[in-house]
Amino acid sequence: MQAITIFLKKIMTAITDLIPIILVVVFFQIVVIQQPFPQIWEVLVGSLFVIVGLMLFIEGLEIGLFPIGETLAYALAKKGSLIWLVIFSFALGFSTTIAEPALIAIAKEASEISADTGLIDKSAATKSAYALGLRLSVAFSVGLAIVIGVVRILKGWKLYYLVIGGYVIVMLMTIIAPREIIGLAYDAGGVTTSTITVPLVAALGVGLSNTIKGRNPLIDGFGLIAFASLLPMVFVMGYGLIWF
Amino acid sequence: MLNLLQDFIQTLIHTVRDVLPILSLIVFFQLVILKRPIPNSKKMILGGVYVILGLALFLLGLEKALFPIGEIMATQLSDPVFVSNNGANEVFWWSYYWIFIFAALIGFSTTIAEPSLIAVAMKANEVSAGTISQWGLRITVALGVAFALTLGTFRIITGTPLHLYILAGYVIVIIQTIFAPKKLIALAYDSGGVTTSTVTVPLVAALGLGLSSAVPGRSPAIDGFGLIAFASLFPIISVLAYAQIIEWQILYSKKRKK
Repeated sequence: MQAITIFLKKIMTAITDLIPIILVVVFFQIVVIQQPFPQIWEVLVGSLFVIVGLMLFIEGLEIGLFPIGETLAYALAKKGSLIWLVIFSFALGFSTTIAEPALIAIAKEASEISADTGLIDKSAATKSAYALGLRLSVAFSVGLAIVIGVVRILKGWKLYYLVIGGYVIVMLMTIIAPREIIGLAYDAGGVTTSTITVPLVAALGVGLSNTIKGRNPLIDGFGLIAFASLLPMVFVMGYGLIWF
Repeated sequence: MLNLLQDFIQTLIHTVRDVLPILSLIVFFQLVILKRPIPNSKKMILGGVYVILGLALFLLGLEKALFPIGEIMATQLSDPVFVSNNGANEVFWWSYYWIFIFAALIGFSTTIAEPSLIAVAMKANEVSAGTISQWGLRITVALGVAFALTLGTFRIITGTPLHLYILAGYVIVIIQTIFAPKKLIALAYDSGGVTTSTVTVPLVAALGLGLSSAVPGRSPAIDGFGLIAFASLFPIISVLAYAQIIEWQILYSKKRKK
């Protein structure tokens, strides 16, 4: 009986999360566009999947991803080896970003745009080399961002000095970077942080700052994701400068 | 039904492939570097399975239900015939008012459902011992995204340069950082990155692309980008503002007590 109540509660939470989208879509379909729903069954089945999927994901976060991230952070901090912690952080950032579907899509589109505007050669080989280089530089920058973030937690540096410094670099690079790549560079910052990376990285940061004496998890534990969305902008603009 | 099963298996394979690098990294570190078995491993593995299954179902559902409708809506709302209201000769930027309303509402509602943001809100709530409410943070971030997408569609329609908006946004963030309560700055910066993932990015990309190809004089290549950048900048501003307002409220109530 109790299990059923808990289950119902969790389903209700997932439904509450999705109510705004449902309202918006229904409102526009009926009031503004004034057309019946296309493929109503697909939509209903799809919505059911979304609800069950969200519920499972959140349950998995609580019993899986969060504890894994925190246990690892704790174990790595206890081992006391800075080098392994740095290697782990870099590998985490790099490996999750290089395979990110949103990044693959955006890199391919960028190579098309650059070829169309005559910035690079129109041959397929040049385009794919350009796209791969872009993906590598974004993945490298995310790896580096997590490393900087972790070292910051260890040393207790102030986050806002680093982030504002990063902003200043982005501003300066915007002035000298080729115009065609600026929009892409700004967007690259947003797409790098995926749904599985974010919880792991958040747990890593909070776990580390809980383990290290004198660190506050609220002030020091957050901030890793901020670097991971800032550094790719710098690297993509830098990549543009090197190519052109 | 068979089709659906096939789609599900395909999405599941994709998700597993995306997770594989992280999974092997964790297993490698746990077994080779830390040289110890994973504590509570059964429960964590179950959690991992839940995450993968849940994400696959979530993505498949979005593809079936939300993305097609969202794309159709974005195209229909920016259609020149719809915008000019079947007759008016001149089209001004304000003729696109339905697009602005749509952008704001879809930005708000997709952000509320964004799994990464739910994860960060859970952590923030836990770490702050409950003083940061999950819904408070999520609604603040969602308002930031709503404003970001409205401004972003306005920029596409008017064709004004992207970098001016972003640079102005950075200046605002820097000024806010100087005055905001230091405790919440890290969380605010992180809110920028988490808003744009599974739910928001595909819809926002469709909106930007659809709009920049429908509005006369805009090209998807140059004007289509930038919405995601806006959506990762403005939540920082809204969360910093929220933190500021809460601090003022506390100051004010303290003064009244005296």
